Amino acid sequence: MSELHHMGLAELAAGLRARRFSSFELTETFLKRIEASQGALNAFISVTREAALAQAAAADRALAAGTGGALEGVPVAHKDLFCTKGVRTTCGSRMLDKFVSPYDATVVAKLKSAGAVMLGKTNMDEFAMGSSNETSYYGPVRNPWDPRLVPGGSSGGSAAAVAARLVPGATATDTGGSIRQPAALCGITGLKPTYGRVSRYGMVAFASSLDQGGVLTASAADAALMLREMAGFDPNDSTSVEREVPDYVAELDAPLAGLRVGLLQEFFDKGLEPGNEQRIRAALKVFESLGARLSEVSLPNLPLSVPVYYVVAPAECSSNLARFDGVRYGHRCEKPRDLTDLYRRTRGEGFGAEVKRRIMTGTYVLSAGYYDAYYLKAQRVRQLISADFTRAFTGVDVLMGPTTPTPAFPIGAKTSDPITMYLNDIYTIGANLAGLPAVSIPCGFVSELPVGLQIVGPHFSEARLLAAAHAFQRATDWHRRIPAGYA
Amino acid sequence: MALTREQIESIAALARLELTAEELPVYQDSLSRILEFVGALERADTASVTPMAHPLPGLSQRLRPDVVTEQDHHAEYQQNAPQVAAGLYLVPKVIE
Repeated sequence: MSELHHMGLAELAAGLRARRFSSFELTETFLKRIEASQGALNAFISVTREAALAQAAAADRALAAGTGGALEGVPVAHKDLFCTKGVRTTCGSRMLDKFVSPYDATVVAKLKSAGAVMLGKTNMDEFAMGSSNETSYYGPVRNPWDPRLVPGGSSGGSAAAVAARLVPGATATDTGGSIRQPAALCGITGLKPTYGRVSRYGMVAFASSLDQGGVLTASAADAALMLREMAGFDPNDSTSVEREVPDYVAELDAPLAGLRVGLLQEFFDKGLEPGNEQRIRAALKVFESLGARLSEVSLPNLPLSVPVYYVVAPAECSSNLARFDGVRYGHRCEKPRDLTDLYRRTRGEGFGAEVKRRIMTGTYVLSAGYYDAYYLKAQRVRQLISADFTRAFTGVDVLMGPTTPTPAFPIGAKTSDPITMYLNDIYTIGANLAGLPAVSIPCGFVSELPVGLQIVGPHFSEARLLAAAHAFQRATDWHRRIPAGYA
Repeated sequence: MALTREQIESIAALARLELTAEELPVYQDSLSRILEFVGALERADTASVTPMAHPLPGLSQRLRPDVVTEQDHHAEYQQNAPQVAAGLYLVPKVIE
């Protein structure tokens, strides 16, 4: 039997059901790995050791009785923006440093009822605003492939944890690339589902028309299992879609032959590093050898996706984060003179620099006299980008291209200029603006750092994306590579 | 477009954010650069385009029946409040 932490989520679920090992043993194994790596990676904000072991013991009883869910006894971690009842939920912010959620997010509740054991809450950029995990109040997460480098963000803790095999699967969220970009920089599989596929109830809101919960796992097969258990209609989320969840696991082996793949011309631009491009082109050859038919596709409005995003996302952020008032929950300043002073100092102290920057950008673009020029204009261009995708999908089944322009970059390299940092998400933001599902899978290395290939599909095509990714992973072994020191 | 120091102060006041003297010039610089960056949108021809209202075509916000579904959780929720007394949230005096 291979070592427990080398097994993926799906393999672990099967091993538990066959009673080859216990959930208690498995949970202890991963908890020890988390604790041993915390100083080096800082991937977790909270580790819920005792609750995890108690949950594991209960899972073992269920497994012994032949009952339990599809993930019975399998350890998972949650990004610290999913509310977890009775467990601190910080969103990476001083504002919520002491916040203990009174309820479970729907995603958390669903995974719990499927039998998953929560090991803890992962580090993240503050309020999910960042692409490098450097804006966290709890300090940066380090990339397990090289601790001098960022893991990507905002779901950097979840990505680093899965890459270092501290946990076989973790929840994450993606507003402009926050699942796919860290998946690429950490060499793992990350799926952002269609907008509305996974409930946003209990996810701390950043930009409500873009936010979507998803999964980070080693492989597409693991992602299929985890997503199947997480997805579905939720009356508590008014944008949740009433639509049946396919059995993503059963559809993994759908044949790839004849798949029409569009290569996104706009993604092979001058910003793409030559080493990354080579790995992407090599991966496309693999798809071709598996029977995919490649053609070039152009989405002319796509280059405007970053400017659209940096109007729409801050606008929604400034509205959503208005709830942090120092009155009902969260940080409160000392000795306020009056109510305005209470609001201003509470928010000035509780939010970090990037969050304040986005709140102010959003406030400006929504303010009287600027709303039409910025916000409405951006929502019009967003419509053009969405129409570009719709048109592209009349001729191809999926779109492929790089997830990021470069491999992981050094901690501190892009913190002085927000625009440089924002441009990191240049290839990922389009899918959020159009509400489309997209997956990033590892497809090789440049200077010993992982490179991610992105596959984008039409709305609700998660099964197709996962089957394509799975076919690639059956033909390659990039997704099995584990960083030195964590093997 | 370059924002003035006064504009930054007014945005911060609208957003209820206290900024330090050191923070003001930093945001003046970065917000100006962000606005210049998003200014690229002006070039797009959107004369006949309806602004997007929902990321999924044809869908709009769902409504639910107007029935009570929640119980009273206020004691539980107030455990996270900075200051409460007799079940009420305390704030500085608003009306003299």
